[in-house]
Amino acid sequence: MNTRELIIEAGRTEGQYWQDLWRFRELFYFLSWRDILVRYKQTAIGLAWALLRPFITTVVFTLVFSVLAKLPSNPGVPYPILVFAAMLPWQFFSSAITECSNSLVTNSNLISKIYFPRLIVPASSVIVAFVDFLVSGMILVAMMAWYDFVPDWRILTLPLFVLIAAAASLGGGLWMAALNVEYRDFKHIVPFLVQLGMYISPVGYSSEIVYQRHPQWSLLYSLNPMVGVIDGFRWAILRGKAEIYWPGFVLSSVIVILILASGIWYFRKTERTFADVI
Amino acid sequence: MSETVIRVENLSKRYILGENLQGGSTTLREKLTEGTKALSRRILHPSKQNILKSERKDFWALKDVTFEIQQGERIGFVGRNGAGKSTLLKILSRITEPTKGHIMIKGRVASLLEVGTGFHQELTGRENVYLNGAILGMSRAEIKRKFDEIVAFSEVEKFLDTPVKRYSSGMYVRLAFAVAAHLEPEVLIVDEVLAVGDAQFQKKCLDKMGQIAREGRTILFVSHNMGAISTLCDRAVYLVKGQVKEEGKADAVVNNYLKDIFSNKIENLNELRFPGMGKDIRFFDIQLVSEDGANLLFEQPLNFLLKIQSDIDAKDLFIGTSIFDSLGNCIGTHLSEQTFSPRAGQRFIVYQTISNLKLAPGSYYAGFGIAWGVKGAQVRNLEGVVGTPAFQVLPTSYNGEQFGDWHPNWGRIVIKDIDMKIEAERNGR
Repeated sequence: MNTRELIIEAGRTEGQYWQDLWRFRELFYFLSWRDILVRYKQTAIGLAWALLRPFITTVVFTLVFSVLAKLPSNPGVPYPILVFAAMLPWQFFSSAITECSNSLVTNSNLISKIYFPRLIVPASSVIVAFVDFLVSGMILVAMMAWYDFVPDWRILTLPLFVLIAAAASLGGGLWMAALNVEYRDFKHIVPFLVQLGMYISPVGYSSEIVYQRHPQWSLLYSLNPMVGVIDGFRWAILRGKAEIYWPGFVLSSVIVILILASGIWYFRKTERTFADVI
Repeated sequence: MSETVIRVENLSKRYILGENLQGGSTTLREKLTEGTKALSRRILHPSKQNILKSERKDFWALKDVTFEIQQGERIGFVGRNGAGKSTLLKILSRITEPTKGHIMIKGRVASLLEVGTGFHQELTGRENVYLNGAILGMSRAEIKRKFDEIVAFSEVEKFLDTPVKRYSSGMYVRLAFAVAAHLEPEVLIVDEVLAVGDAQFQKKCLDKMGQIAREGRTILFVSHNMGAISTLCDRAVYLVKGQVKEEGKADAVVNNYLKDIFSNKIENLNELRFPGMGKDIRFFDIQLVSEDGANLLFEQPLNFLLKIQSDIDAKDLFIGTSIFDSLGNCIGTHLSEQTFSPRAGQRFIVYQTISNLKLAPGSYYAGFGIAWGVKGAQVRNLEGVVGTPAFQVLPTSYNGEQFGDWHPNWGRIVIKDIDMKIEAERNGR
């Protein structure tokens, strides 16, 4: 039998980290499983919540932006579907960020008593948000049936955009989670940031309004990583009736990669002291 | 053919004590105001930099700790509160990093620093077995294989599909320990987990740990229960202020540790102080007032004299008094109804008399604290000193009444004043 030899020294964990992440994959599975189980334990409430929240927000947004503000939809696309195609990734992103930011603090009993790569905790929060995302995806299917709106081949590219959304969620979530451990009052800032993000992202309106009416702002607008993700979702779901502004999409995607990389870097940097300060 | 499985060399761990006593994290608001202040100071008084450096203090929880553990050894760690035992176990379990030093561990390590880590109240017993197993490092296949065994050990078969929030605390602990007991690591690290559960279950746990050790696994064990250390461990390490004071046969080390506690040779109350305590207000003298040194007759009142020095203005502070038995179990605590409000620089003398305690013959020590807040809810401890004075209660009372052997299993309090009538039951009535 080969016995593994473990060396513990200051600053030593670095090399073993990614190996450990793989070794603890079952814990990752169980933590996600626990969070999903707890969330959907009272099945009616858990499920209803995941369905109702995006649905009601979509109804309200349709009323406000389409009926009251009279913003145009893309030609041939019912406004509720336009909104919901953006609501899906936005809900995924915002709930992942919120869950991530609290995840380390709510699991502080684990962190102060057991060793495992801490990255698992916020990552499993993203998984939970992803399950909610899949559940609310059912509404989209129902809406498309209602409006008799059939997607074309572009829907097959959707997983790519889901992946970008997941990367943005994890990257942002890692920042929030680590900052929340270090500064306990940071949790008051997160809901505000999320709320603000909803308005600067094209959730209730089409991003083409920005590109067409204010072309000089297009690139600046695309610095928001969710702009690229939402444009991608609309392009894939709405039969290409929503055009992607490619320079902006590339810029958004690059920002996502930067956020993810810097999130991992910052999380890793602060991680070793989590057990001491939490 | 014993082989070294753990080698610890010059291990040190430094904590930085911030200004806030809770030792918790800073807030962003504090950081920002601090930064603004520092900036304005630099602009206004460019020459006076560094004068008002923040009052952070280093605290070495461990300092140059070196020892080796052979395969199959059961080794106990003893020492007072704050001696570094728990920090050592945390570093060995990789929860926190050392500041300096080197550790080599061979084989799979499992650590049990708490019973039921990660148990979720909403989940059922069955679900929690899987979850807790995964948290402790078991694979899914392994848990599945041992599931029946775990359930049998825990004796909660009937409630497996009930959420654990409906469990009694006894059931909860039994299920949690059952999972932990079925780990098969090469090295098992255990901290004080036997403090919970009833006596029968504790014995079961000790037996299980003995069995684990006989299978050639190595056990590292921390407890305040000296009885458990001497029965379970073959070797012990005695830590004082983060350093190894003594290392050797468990019985000998435990005896020396108890001797130190009961010798009352405390030059400095700092040695007994909880880390981070006593910065603003502190005891500078604690005495037992008695005619016969540290020997008291049964039922003789305890008279303590405490001297307090305050560096701050504070309001409505109260004093806590606890008595511990020789194994470190707290027998009882008193939180004072009277409060006092010191001003900076003021000193106080406190006279305490505890009567009617009816402590059984044996060895005891006291602990004292100063705190502020609402008892039982939000209390902020400002000072805590445990371990002095130590005293013996003799098996003789005032009126010459003698106790024979007071058996340890009878507990630490002699119950008197019971109304009791014994009658023969008469048939046919």
